[in-house]
Amino acid sequence: MIGTQARTLAPDELQPAAQDLLAAGGRVRFAYAWSPDGVVEVRYIASIPDRRVFESWVVKGFRELPSLAAVFPSIGWYEREMMDVNGLRFTDHPEPYPLVLKDSGEELVNAIPAATGRPRLPKIDAVDVQQLPFGPIRADVLESAEFTFVYVGEHIIHYQPRLFFKHRGMETCFEGADSGRAVVTAERVSAVGSVAHALAYCEAVERAADCAIPTRARAVRVLLAEMERIYNHLHYLGHLSHTTTLKVGEAQGKLLEEKAKQLNARLTGSRLRSLLAPGGLRRDLDPGRWLGDALEDLREEFTTYVEKLENSESHLDRLITTGLLTQKVAFDQGATGPVARASGIDRDLRRDHPYAHYDGLPLTTPTFEDGDAYARERVRMAEVEASFVLCQRILLLLEPGPVRVECKPAPLAEGLGWTEGPRGSVYYAVHVGGDGRLARVKVKSPSFSNWRAFPFTVHDSNMMDYAINEASFGLTIAGCDR
Amino acid sequence: MALWTLFGLASGKATTAWPRAGGDSGQDGVLGMPRYNPAACREGCAECAAVCPTHAIELLEGGVAVDYGRCVVCQLCTEACPANAMTPSEDWAFGVRDRQDLLWSETGASSPAQAASDRKAFRRSLHIRHVDAGSCNGCESELQALNNPFYNLHRLGMFFTASPRFADLLLVTGPVTHAMREPLKAAYEAMAEPRWVMAVGTCAVSGGISAGNYASGTGLEGVLPVDLYLPGCPPNPAAIMEALLMFLDRAPQRVRGGRIHG
Repeated sequence: MIGTQARTLAPDELQPAAQDLLAAGGRVRFAYAWSPDGVVEVRYIASIPDRRVFESWVVKGFRELPSLAAVFPSIGWYEREMMDVNGLRFTDHPEPYPLVLKDSGEELVNAIPAATGRPRLPKIDAVDVQQLPFGPIRADVLESAEFTFVYVGEHIIHYQPRLFFKHRGMETCFEGADSGRAVVTAERVSAVGSVAHALAYCEAVERAADCAIPTRARAVRVLLAEMERIYNHLHYLGHLSHTTTLKVGEAQGKLLEEKAKQLNARLTGSRLRSLLAPGGLRRDLDPGRWLGDALEDLREEFTTYVEKLENSESHLDRLITTGLLTQKVAFDQGATGPVARASGIDRDLRRDHPYAHYDGLPLTTPTFEDGDAYARERVRMAEVEASFVLCQRILLLLEPGPVRVECKPAPLAEGLGWTEGPRGSVYYAVHVGGDGRLARVKVKSPSFSNWRAFPFTVHDSNMMDYAINEASFGLTIAGCDR
Repeated sequence: MALWTLFGLASGKATTAWPRAGGDSGQDGVLGMPRYNPAACREGCAECAAVCPTHAIELLEGGVAVDYGRCVVCQLCTEACPANAMTPSEDWAFGVRDRQDLLWSETGASSPAQAASDRKAFRRSLHIRHVDAGSCNGCESELQALNNPFYNLHRLGMFFTASPRFADLLLVTGPVTHAMREPLKAAYEAMAEPRWVMAVGTCAVSGGISAGNYASGTGLEGVLPVDLYLPGCPPNPAAIMEALLMFLDRAPQRVRGGRIHG
């Protein structure tokens, strides 16, 4: 696969390879299966510290493989998804029940995702212990998911999220599609990550086609990606203020988010979607002088806003020490993005595996060690500041020029694309079929990773902190469920 | 706290006067449904229909049939059309009472939109229960924006409520995934009559990109009776506000036969 170094492994070589990778400080990032010519093939995409190139492990022709969940717990969910959707078996899996679909293989049409994917709830038969199922339709305008709390008084003993009510089978929507146009599908996997998803998808197709993107298009891609980060983090701060009942803080955060979205619309014609296509941009755009000025005004308002948040004790008191995610759990469970960086994991795909126009830009990767809700807030605050700097830099260096080249991957080509979205790493693995159309597209979204880490911070916490803790993670459900 | 109170007071009013005359809708530059101009359409050309990801455009003798209820506003047809028969527009306010009005028609005629007398009591106070039936979170992002200071939906007497029992209108997003079908129906059953249903976003109207695959349905058709359709991907907050006002007979329905009039 272009973008990776491929290694073909036999099933019994998998676990030793995983152990070696772990010892070297690396991690299997995600895994998926597909069946070219009817022969099933499992791919594991791994990263090694200080190496820009990813590794891709290929295991061909086996329907039963040893589970890697004991080495990399975060891979457990990918294996369960393959059991559900591809009908594979993973031996010695620690959680061998369905994740995405009710029945694996048969009766897919009538399958009810998540409905019976209920992992075993602990049997707690004691006086005063209460069980509260909440969802899948929740209060307020929120995405659907069900949570079960087992608690005594205010104290949460056990917490079990049931996700995948929103599983839409998005990966199959790519199959058979034209690689140039399927970018509109990638934008609709998770709307608040439209640019991140579109960019990772385009990078994957472009690697498969081995085409060079014009400088202007690469620069505009960075601009759009950073503007997406800005409005997402502004929303995050507004929503977090909502959970700490800081009413004016909530209003101000959401007002700034609205202003950022309106800038997107003026620039691209859409408040949320992107202008990307494999080969560059779908059309050129003109940021002119107004965008730089508008971003600077927004930055000034943002700075005042953050100062106020940092001086609001009632807000800070609810965040500091809330929802502690240790570095070990963050690493083992595959946490990504601001959540990982707030727990001391210094990783940013923009810096570690540069793409688009990031190589050479003044990137800062704010990292904190505390792992609490406050650290997660501070990472995002610092990232917004850094994004404003990146946007202004791009506007300075933007030269006129072409924005699109022909980009058509050859039959049977494959490529890997990645981006550091507002919530963390997005990966797309793209396989082109013999007819030149897309044969298989795997989408790895940041929330799929962070939803695994999140429950670890809820156990042994208290009910009043739950909403704050959940908001501090900034999770989406559409991205996770796909 | 005093800090925020003073800051709030000093900041003044952020809310737009829209939809009152002279108010800013906040949608400067937002592209809406592509406009179909059959006069420019070339015989035998099938470019737009070939690129449409949701079959919103289908070939007909001497032109195409356009169903805006299926349009995800991706603009691919406007790029593919060699004759400017499909052009970008700012027609984003596409709320209708009757599904038929989302189909482009030569005459632009529709079943006459009647003021619904059973809604009269709700004109100044509408309570909405939102259900996400499998969206991509784009519609949620824009629905959440309705309560930001710029749009401030409360000023129109419209409120999101936590319980379907207190709700007059069930506002549904997403293509209705198989797993959300039963919870959605249960929410509807829990509502007191009179009750209405609004499909927000192209997914809820017709299924969108993932329509009818192994995990997704094709929107609300055949699941719940729909009183108000608003396609868009996602519809922006101003479009949602306009559709709600239209539903309450506080604004006219402007879309007829797949076109905005007036």
